[in-house]
Parts: sequence; structure tokens; C-alpha cells
Amino acid sequence: MLEVRNLSKSFGGLKAVSDASLDVPEGGIVGLLGPNGAGKTTCFTMIAGFTKPNEGTVRFMGQDITGLPPHRICAMGMIRTFQIVQPFAGLTVQENIAVGAYLHHHDRAEAMAVARQVGKRLGMGAMLDRPASSLTIAGRKRLELARALATGAKLLLLDEVMAGLIPSEVSEIVGIIRQIRDEGHTFLMIEHVMQAVMSLAETAYVLNHGKMIAHGTPRELVQDPGVVEAYLGHGAAARLQEGNHA
Amino acid sequence: MKPQSMGQAVLIALALIYLASLYFMSSPVWMGFTINALIVAVVALAWNITGGFGGMASFGHAAMYGTGAYASAILQVQYGINAWIAFAAGIVAGAAMGAFIGALAFRYGLKGSYFALVTLAFAEVLRICASSFAITGGGSGLQLRLDPGLSTLQFNDRTVVYTILLVIVALVMALTAWLKYSRFGAYLIAVRENEDAARALGIDTYRIKVKAMAISGAFAGLAGVLYLQVWLFIDSAVVYGSAVSIEALIGPIIGGAGTVWGPLIGTLGLHLLGEGAKHLLHNAPGLNFVLYAVVLICALRFLPQGLMGLAGRIGTFRKKEDDNA
Repeated sequence: MLEVRNLSKSFGGLKAVSDASLDVPEGGIVGLLGPNGAGKTTCFTMIAGFTKPNEGTVRFMGQDITGLPPHRICAMGMIRTFQIVQPFAGLTVQENIAVGAYLHHHDRAEAMAVARQVGKRLGMGAMLDRPASSLTIAGRKRLELARALATGAKLLLLDEVMAGLIPSEVSEIVGIIRQIRDEGHTFLMIEHVMQAVMSLAETAYVLNHGKMIAHGTPRELVQDPGVVEAYLGHGAAARLQEGNHA
Repeated sequence: MKPQSMGQAVLIALALIYLASLYFMSSPVWMGFTINALIVAVVALAWNITGGFGGMASFGHAAMYGTGAYASAILQVQYGINAWIAFAAGIVAGAAMGAFIGALAFRYGLKGSYFALVTLAFAEVLRICASSFAITGGGSGLQLRLDPGLSTLQFNDRTVVYTILLVIVALVMALTAWLKYSRFGAYLIAVRENEDAARALGIDTYRIKVKAMAISGAFAGLAGVLYLQVWLFIDSAVVYGSAVSIEALIGPIIGGAGTVWGPLIGTLGLHLLGEGAKHLLHNAPGLNFVLYAVVLICALRFLPQGLMGLAGRIGTFRKKEDDNA
């Protein structure tokens, strides 16, 4: 569904992302991991059209979308969410979701009906008339997801939806994402919360210093010495091995 | 357009009672003063579209107001074109100027005070141009030939003028209410609240903002044409001066930016206050602006959502729960 090939981006002298490639199959949940500053969010902004890559191509459903503006990409069915949740504070929850629904439903009554339905699907039925600014972090993360879904997008790029949530909230969102996937959506998610990655992602890519260093199932990745060293520092994998043997 | 609380209902009722009472007062002074206030209310409603709903605070709505007035005046005075056609042309010219300024400013991603400064610069450049060229009458301005009648859109009877203005203000407010609850309005508010999130949700934010400037420009141009038709004379300082731009933004901010009634209520309130001060302080010139500044500072400090926001907190109507699944 999504094919990213040799994506590169530099900011001045800093190579934020270099030569990154990844594939997301239709109906899959793919993780994008990596320590802080590895270039994950930059990857997302390039895929979703917020910044233009210096090199490389992004293909979505067989079409080259490299460098298209975000609204065009969104209309084609791919949407990103933000790591720092960005509700429209002055609007109610339902109106927030309706902004997403307006993409394909021009009539207000229709858009609001879609918003209500999407909100209920995500367990936000009781909050629909509340101002978005009154939501808790967990509520805002749900709202971010609901707004994205309301656009009718098929592929959702989730940027750390689990960050800042307590474990019980994480398992709720994990359940919701699984449910949405079963309804026919595809996910590419940046995630640090391993509980979520391990239980959701079928495959994952690991980015470090802007380069893809590993790809595999989450279970393979946690065993991968390269990945362990990316997180814990040089030589850590060897020391862990020794520790296990001792 | 419906009030959401007892306080707002009272505020709106007060404004309506005042406007209706003029029909029974038969005071030319109050009538003339309110006619002026209504023209300003139309620019204020124009500003409200971009500044209130879109969060793009312009400091140069005079650019569109003056362009509308001049376009109409030039067509009538220099080319002898019918007042009705000139009236429509003024609105179109205002819209075009708004779209032009918006397209340039947003192409380069100007926001906040930078956008405000650019709009101010446009208004000032236009003011200087208008006072320099022959077609705009140079420094002496343009005067419509006095010729009352329906075909020239000039009316001797102030009550008729007043009624026409009331209808126009009501129409502009109805359009505002309709915009607010349309797809375009939702997109505009989304752009104000968070432009990045709006872009991610598939909104072409550049197009939305330029469109808002065009609509706002059309309203401002309309106000300019109204001024011309009521007073029959314009010059560069009157229609392109920064006083117009200031009055365009101060009414909505005091009344409640991003509301349908706020611009009208803010403008009426301020003009009443200014007029009262003038009588009390024996016509000291410019004093109403000093007063406006004080009121503006107080409003920004204590009433971030204007009078409508304040009134909205008094006696909130309970919203009916709708439980349809």
C-alpha cells in the first residue's frame, strides 16, 4: 500500500534521514521504532507531505505522491496524526471530528452525523458535546484518532498515540486500533511504548541516526544486537549477553 | 444567530430596542450618528470573517473599504455609469483587493503581527496613490452629483437610508451565520485554532484563507460603497485612512470576535460611548479615539471573548440533550 524508497532529508549540515526505505502492506500494522532524534517524525512529515524530501520517492496505492501537499495526500486516503495532540480548542468534540468528516461530506448535517458515528465507535459518545479543550490526554489522543478516521482515510500514520498514557489507557487504545484495523484500515505507527508495539505490530522498522538499521517482527528486533545498542549504547548487547550467561 | 444565554439575549435585545427606537425619536442627530455606526458595523462584520473566524487579524481593512468606495465613485463620476452597476462593481473590487492581499501575504506564510503590518502597508500605499492620481480626484477626492432617486441610489429621507442600512446589516449577519455553520466556516475555524492539524485533515489552508479574505473584502467593499452613497463624497483620508481599519477591528474585539452579533453590538456600544464622551467633554477632537483605546485595552485584558463572551456566561440556557443514536 505504501512504498517508501531511499528517502533522505538534511537540515543544513544535519542528515536527519538518509536512505530510508519501508513498506506497509494493506491491512497491516507496521511499527517505526528508534531512539529519540532518530528521524522518525521527519520520516512521517515527508511521507505525509509536510516537508519535501531531498531525495527518494513515496508511493501510495501505486501512485507517486512525493512532494504533494498534505491536503492532496489526505484526499487520496492517507493521514498523519501528531505526537503533540492538536485539538481545535474552541470547538466541541463532535465539531472537531466533523472537520475531518467535511473532507468527503460537504453538508453540515451529514458531516456531523459521520462525526457522531465515528465518535461513538471510538467510545467518545458521552463527550461529543463537550469542548475539546476539556478533554484529558487520553481523550485528546482518541480525538486525534477519531478526526483522522472521519476523513475516511485508509492508511493512518500515528505518531506516538500511546505516549503519556497510563497502562490501562494504553490497552484501551490498543484494542481500538485493532478494531479499526479489522474494519479495513492500515497503520504505520511511531511508538515507544513496547507493550503496544509488541501486541500490535506485525513488523517493525528501526531507525537510528536517520538510517534504517533493522527490520523484522518485534520479537526478532528486541533480540537484535544492533537495535539494543541503538537504545542502550555501544557494547550494551555484549554486556547483556554476558549478564544472561552469568 | 440564536443567543446561547440570558445575558446574550439581553444584550441583543438592547441593541434591537435602540435600533427600533430611532423610528420614534425623530432626532436627525441620533439618526445620522447611527447611520454612520451601521456603515462601520458592516466593515466590522467584514473584519470578523478573517479576524474573528479565521484568526487573521488585519490592520488594514481600509484597503478593501476604500477600494470599494473608489471603484464605485470612479465608475459613476468619471464614466457616468449607473449607480447600481457601480454598487456591484465596488463589492467586486473590494473582494478582488482582499483576495490579492491575501494571496500575496499567505503565499509567503505571513501570520499574526506580520500579516497585520502588511495589510496596514497596503492600505497606506493605496491611500497615497488615491491622493496622487487624477482618476481618483487627487487630494480633493470625488463627489457624486446630488441626484436623489432609486436609479442613483441616493435618498433624501434619512429614515429610508436608515432602513436600507438595517436591512443590509441584517443580510450580512445572516450570511455570517450561514458561513459559520458551513463547511467553509468549520475549515476557517480549524485554520484559526491549529493550522498544522487543519492541513493534516485535508484542508487546503492557503485556499481557505484567500477565500476568507475575498469574502471579507466583498463586505468591506460593500461598506465603502454604502459610505459613498450616503455621504456622496470620498477622499483618500476618509476611506483609506487608518481610522477605518481601527474601527473595523475594535468593534468585533469589544463585541466578541467570531460571533454573529459581536461586531454590531461592539460597534454600536463604542459609538454610543464615543458620542456620549463628545457631548460631555465639549467636542474635544480625537478624544473618542483615546476612549476607544482605553476600552480596547480593558476589553483585551478582562474580556478576551468580548461582550458576547461575557454575556454568554450569564444565565446559560441549558442545552437539550439529544439522545438519538
